[in-house]
Amino acid sequence: MTTEQDFYAAPGDTSQGRVFTVTGQDWDSITQSIGESAEERVVVNMGPQHPSTHGVLRLILELEGETVTEARCGIGYLHTGIEKNMEYRSWVQGTTFCTRMDYLSPFYNEMAYVLGVERLLDIEDDIPEKAEVMRVLLMELNRISSHLVCIATGGMEIGALTVMTIGFRERELVLDLFELITGLRMNHAFIRPGGVAQDLPPGALDEIRDFIALMKKRLPEYAALCNANPIFKGRLVDVGHLDLAGCMALGLTGPVLRSTGYAWDLRKTQPYSGYEDYDFEVQTWDTCDSYGRFRIRLNEMWESLKIVEQAADRLAGLEGAPVMVGDKKIAWPSQLAIGSDGMGNSLDHIRHIMGESMEALIHHFKLVTEGFRVPAGQAYVPIESPRGELGAHVVSDGGTRPFRAHFRDPSFTNLQATSVMSEGGMVSDVIVAIASIDPVMGGVDR
Amino acid sequence: MTDKPDEKAAGQAKDESDDKTDSNESARPAEERNLEAARSATGTGSGVEQPAPDQSPENVPAPTGEVRSVGERHGMFGVKGSGDTSGYGGLVSAKVFPAPSQKPYGGWFDEVSDALEARLRATDLTAAIESVVVHRGEITFHVRREDLAFVAQMLRDDEALRFEFCSGVSGVHYPEDTGRELHAVYHLTSMTHNRLIRLEVTAPDSDPHVPSLVSIYPTLDWHERETYDMFGLIFDGHPALTRVLMPDDWPGHPQRKDYPLGGIPVEYKGGSIPPPDQRRSYN
Repeated sequence: MTTEQDFYAAPGDTSQGRVFTVTGQDWDSITQSIGESAEERVVVNMGPQHPSTHGVLRLILELEGETVTEARCGIGYLHTGIEKNMEYRSWVQGTTFCTRMDYLSPFYNEMAYVLGVERLLDIEDDIPEKAEVMRVLLMELNRISSHLVCIATGGMEIGALTVMTIGFRERELVLDLFELITGLRMNHAFIRPGGVAQDLPPGALDEIRDFIALMKKRLPEYAALCNANPIFKGRLVDVGHLDLAGCMALGLTGPVLRSTGYAWDLRKTQPYSGYEDYDFEVQTWDTCDSYGRFRIRLNEMWESLKIVEQAADRLAGLEGAPVMVGDKKIAWPSQLAIGSDGMGNSLDHIRHIMGESMEALIHHFKLVTEGFRVPAGQAYVPIESPRGELGAHVVSDGGTRPFRAHFRDPSFTNLQATSVMSEGGMVSDVIVAIASIDPVMGGVDR
Repeated sequence: MTDKPDEKAAGQAKDESDDKTDSNESARPAEERNLEAARSATGTGSGVEQPAPDQSPENVPAPTGEVRSVGERHGMFGVKGSGDTSGYGGLVSAKVFPAPSQKPYGGWFDEVSDALEARLRATDLTAAIESVVVHRGEITFHVRREDLAFVAQMLRDDEALRFEFCSGVSGVHYPEDTGRELHAVYHLTSMTHNRLIRLEVTAPDSDPHVPSLVSIYPTLDWHERETYDMFGLIFDGHPALTRVLMPDDWPGHPQRKDYPLGGIPVEYKGGSIPPPDQRRSYN
């Protein structure tokens, strides 16, 4: 690959040495060319399209031989203006947008936003118990699926392909549950201001119990495959080191913070949605490295399973209970139902608004077209997402649309630690360090 | 339909204000007029839209001068020039945010604010905190922007405060909040005491500068870059204030309210649906 062929970095573009475009299978010719020059320092641009960068993340690495002397991130390749778009939609429609940010943990995005809206509406205490339990159930299932993807892709990036295949195998089971409960595998927009969109479908609890039983058999497989695996440990132990002081300064939360031994988990410290009623432990490790973060994620899946089990038990006793706040000026009026001609508003509801109650029709019309107004003010409710503190700064000017919704996404913040975690290490360890942060670019760029 | 006279009055107020705001008169009288309009709109109480103060009773008693209006809302249906004769289209209500609270704030809010004030008194910066708003169980300290770095440093290091964790900065653009259009909002967590507070600092559009807090909370590096990227707020002292999400050569700052959303009409089965920011909408 000669420099003449490169459209993006013509020879005149750089004053600091030669430019190579790597297209694969050509490493020999490049090392040869580099060998001819006396300089050891190479700047490598890795990504944004690269199988090991966890999505469209661009890394700019300065190498001395195999050692990374500087690492910088280039982000923004997945910026979709979700926050701006939300300002042009109603408060309920906002969930449809924010669920698409961090696509591996959609329920958390919805939850962070919805908690902010509910606080502004001052209906936090009015959310029905069943809605809260269903939210917890979905979030913890989501934590399992998110951690599975983290472990799976992290394994794939260091060559442990079996970890990848079994990780995605189990994740599929969680997504099947999501599909059963919400109708969609991702981008659910299921958690709405005031409650959740739908009641549990018939048979869902049985499916959840089957899933729990199966996971209790399958989760030990990950431990058996990885925990003491010498190659796995050789790649992960002492890689991506970041201690508590570093985490505090750089604002890291989630498994990275807990891998320093500090048991900070918002579900325990600032409980929301009734988390104080569940029995679970905050998982920590004290090695500050990628291996510790892996073990924390593995253990957290067990804890999530415990919570799911308790939530399922509670839901069994809540059959028929409301899943949406009682205030008819906020609650979405209709429930969906499957009819002979596909899915639509339930026939009971149609009969009610078209034949029985003029007021119900007006309410339906007003809520669906105009939406509800949220009193002016601002709110920030942080929650513990699989990646750390996720919060939505929700500002209302008293209108029917968010005046501003800003998401403090943990991936965005945690990714700042890339340079601290990987500078001075080997180039191959950069991949491991980033995988241990588990950034999701949809959340980073929003 | 007992509300009719009031709405008519509000409608007239709207007509007047339209004329005057067009000629760009100073902010103060407009603000007072908004409040009058808001009062006349809410006075009757039944059925009409209520602005914030009445919905958050804990903030009601603030004296008139302290309640800030950041603009006004016209009509109920977001439709202009449609020949609406119902009178509702002429409604004007002020956008009023929660007013400053008076002590005691309740719970640990007082401990934090007392500790903060005690430390500020020791350093002659008693005016650093412009106001404190307690709303919906959250406390917001409005900080004078030249003192932001000092206040943040103290919040982080003082024994009684220990806000060692910063969740980031979020910009908000209030185009009608004259003289303080750009707001930077920080959320600070004290993991030691398990507390969460909010700092808010403002800057006018004509001088969009806020001191950088990167040296105190290094995590703000990317957050400040994002806020600069999206709002054009310049954080003085940031080590490398460049765009982070938008391309380097992007013109404008997308999340400002004067930056259009963009989009094209979508044709479907002979109909045409305008882009979201041009659709008929409620406000």
